[in-house]
Amino acid sequence: MPIKTESFYLNVGPQHPSTHGVFRLRLSLDGEVVTDVEPIVGYLHRGIEKLAETRTYTQIIPLTDRLDYLASMTDNVAYCVAVEKLAGIKVPERAEYIRIIFSELMRISSHMMAVGFYLNDCGAFFTPVLYMWREREKIIDLFDMVCGQRLLYNYMRVGGVSQDLPDEFMPALKKFVDEMPRYIGEYNQLIKQNEIFLARSKGVGILPRETAINIGASGPVLRASGVKWDLRKMDPYSLYDRFDFDICTGEVGDCYDRYWVRMQEMTQSLRIIEQAMKQMPDKGPVCADVPQFFRPPAGEAYGYIEAPKGNLGFYIVSDGSIAPYRLHIFPPTLINITALRDMVIGWKVADLIIIFGSMDVVLGEIDR
Amino acid sequence: MTLLDQFQLILKSQNWPDWAVYLVPALVGIIIIISVVLTVVIVYIWWERRLISRFQIRLGPNRCGPEGIFQPIATAVKILLKEDIVPEKADKLIHFIAPITVFVPILLIFAVVPFGEGAILADLNVGIVYVIAISSISVIGIFMAAWASGNKYSFISGMRSIAQMVSYEIPVVLSIVGIALVVGSFSMLKIVEAQNIPFILLQPLGFLIFFLGSLAEMNRSPFDLLEADSEIVAGYHIEYSGMKFAMFYLGEYGVALAYAGIITTLFLSGWQGPLLPPVIWFLIKVMMVFSVIVWIRSTLPRFRVDQLTAFAWKFMLPLAVINLVLIAIEVLVIPANLQWTMVLINFGFAAVLILLWSKLFTLGGGRVEV
Amino acid sequence: MTVALNGEETGKKVAEAIPGSVVSGDKNSLIVESKSLLQVAEYLKNTPGMEFDYLTVVTAVDYLDYFEVVYRLVSMKNNQSLMLKTRVFDRVNPTVASVTGLWRAAYYQEREIYDLLGIKFEGHPYLKRLLLWEGFEGYPLRRDYL
Repeated sequence: MPIKTESFYLNVGPQHPSTHGVFRLRLSLDGEVVTDVEPIVGYLHRGIEKLAETRTYTQIIPLTDRLDYLASMTDNVAYCVAVEKLAGIKVPERAEYIRIIFSELMRISSHMMAVGFYLNDCGAFFTPVLYMWREREKIIDLFDMVCGQRLLYNYMRVGGVSQDLPDEFMPALKKFVDEMPRYIGEYNQLIKQNEIFLARSKGVGILPRETAINIGASGPVLRASGVKWDLRKMDPYSLYDRFDFDICTGEVGDCYDRYWVRMQEMTQSLRIIEQAMKQMPDKGPVCADVPQFFRPPAGEAYGYIEAPKGNLGFYIVSDGSIAPYRLHIFPPTLINITALRDMVIGWKVADLIIIFGSMDVVLGEIDR
Repeated sequence: MTLLDQFQLILKSQNWPDWAVYLVPALVGIIIIISVVLTVVIVYIWWERRLISRFQIRLGPNRCGPEGIFQPIATAVKILLKEDIVPEKADKLIHFIAPITVFVPILLIFAVVPFGEGAILADLNVGIVYVIAISSISVIGIFMAAWASGNKYSFISGMRSIAQMVSYEIPVVLSIVGIALVVGSFSMLKIVEAQNIPFILLQPLGFLIFFLGSLAEMNRSPFDLLEADSEIVAGYHIEYSGMKFAMFYLGEYGVALAYAGIITTLFLSGWQGPLLPPVIWFLIKVMMVFSVIVWIRSTLPRFRVDQLTAFAWKFMLPLAVINLVLIAIEVLVIPANLQWTMVLINFGFAAVLILLWSKLFTLGGGRVEV
Repeated sequence: MTVALNGEETGKKVAEAIPGSVVSGDKNSLIVESKSLLQVAEYLKNTPGMEFDYLTVVTAVDYLDYFEVVYRLVSMKNNQSLMLKTRVFDRVNPTVASVTGLWRAAYYQEREIYDLLGIKFEGHPYLKRLLLWEGFEGYPLRRDYL
């Protein structure tokens, strides 16, 4: 005889240690089993799209920093790519290489945070995060060297970057690139074979390939489901067609695959950085000649890049004035959580937390 | 003859009245035990924070006194000064009693922990049974706290606590029976005295089961589902603050200390050791056990609730039963002076069984159709 | 390289299949009638040679005279993309058909457009405000919102 049970509602968030920001999940629970989930966003909404309408094109760059604040360098790049597309500005070669190096460093850093906090959600009391932070600190030091900022860099400019690399940067970067594979090996040693970790993440929260495409997922979430789709390869922007690297994909699309895709992407990013360091011209302008208050021709452009969390795009409409007529940000993580409901139904509360953690959301980007 | 009995004899020889002869040594003993326990607990809190920060490549608290030794005291003062908030919808009375129900049994456990030869408050002939019985009371306190808070997170935590405690008590008790078979007594003193070879060598499988089981009993990682901070925030003590929270906090470390003491007594030959005084040996061993617990906490992720119970019922319970049968046969067959052969046999069996079970058994279920 | 399809040529194909649906098409985008949007979307998703299985950005722009809803479709199989647009001229009660049934990627983005620009998406399973709270007055991303 089935026992008659009553389901109850549980609000996870807006203040909760594992929602990675001010995010709310309204759960329907049957005991510990999740029967329904509704993500409620908007607690961090700052109206960046509206703010941008009253700012010049250069003044918007600091706003983009505040989107995905764990990867603000790539947000800068995405915005600049879009404006350059709109205004038809050609970026100097050296600046392109600097952008690529920083995008890839940012990707490593962002993936480290993702993996570290994912393990924290699994219940490993902050140790993985702090180990990841040890290396992330070195990346941040590199950023600090060029732009004096550690979180919100505001380094990219329309047409290039704000300033050339200091002399001590390249040796420091070389040292980092040489050391990093050893640390990635160490992380894999520590995490990959852990029985409890495998039991918690293998087969949990499977996102099938067809669903992943249909919901428009992107980034590691899409690739973990076995879709070989990376804008750096499929639609190379900047100079990505000059580099040799692999698209890392998972097999089943569970939490473990999403973790493993991120770990592999770190190695691939290092490969790209190594090649970029070799190919980069030693001298040359780092920014195109763009006036401070420039007026792009009336029209529209959609610029997009492969950010650490997925396909980040900016849709800009210009009316020929110094401020954009309309700026729309396409946030990869908001689209990724469309699949949350499919993934968590029938799993336990503990699984919900790690499935959500494995999607690597940043609320600055979801709410904008 | 325990120290307490000797004290009573001295008082009797001084012609104290009967009730005083009985009461004074007991009170003195209780005060000594409680003050020692609370001091050691505070040292433990400091030790865990320092040690775990080393595991996490950071320094840990090091500003307050030499090497930060006074940090737990500062923490305690901070907690005591905090406002005591009781939620409006809470069941006030039970909300008040719950921390006491959790904390008092933990202190009671120390009555039968032998700190040295004869340094035991009550040498019960059923000492270890008393420990099992008393430590189960804390579960009721946890459930009371969870229920009375009127919070859904703590409610989930309370439900988990019942499932967890009920599951893990059985293998823990079965592994203790193995020891009782060898010793022939439940008395803590007798158990220590019987350990010419520490029982960790004699019963490795029993030690493993008891250690994992006691990790679950004291809600330590990887079995810390009750307070899983990443899932249900703080579990049963989410709605507690001030002194009441301090009771839970001290209770958490107190129970860790108690179980470390029991593990030392049962498996690591208690206070026995060369050169140093017995109490020092006891504390060193307790510290070692506690350090291993901290190590596990800083290393392993957490189980899911169904995996947790599956681990108890599918892995630990069968192994505990096999261990018990094995020990019983060995006690019958092998003569007492050939205990070293028992060590070899048991290590072999433990290795084979654990290998076999790790291949055979799967952790918990997966998705549930809803 | 993802090939951005020429809106003019694609428009001819679409107009053949669904007469009267295409407003205009230029180098970058294809503009269709709002009432036949769903048909066109279905055609674009299911016709061999198009197979736009992956919807990325959905957004809307307020041009004061009309709202323009923009869809960027990508075909993973053929590695090509298309900017699809539709225009709504009603400012009081603008309505467009929802494409959530075809691509669930539109689920949150259509809610967001409804929230910030006030365009209703017919057939959306759960059309509620996304970023702003229930009961917020006005639609902030309209150009006449101050």
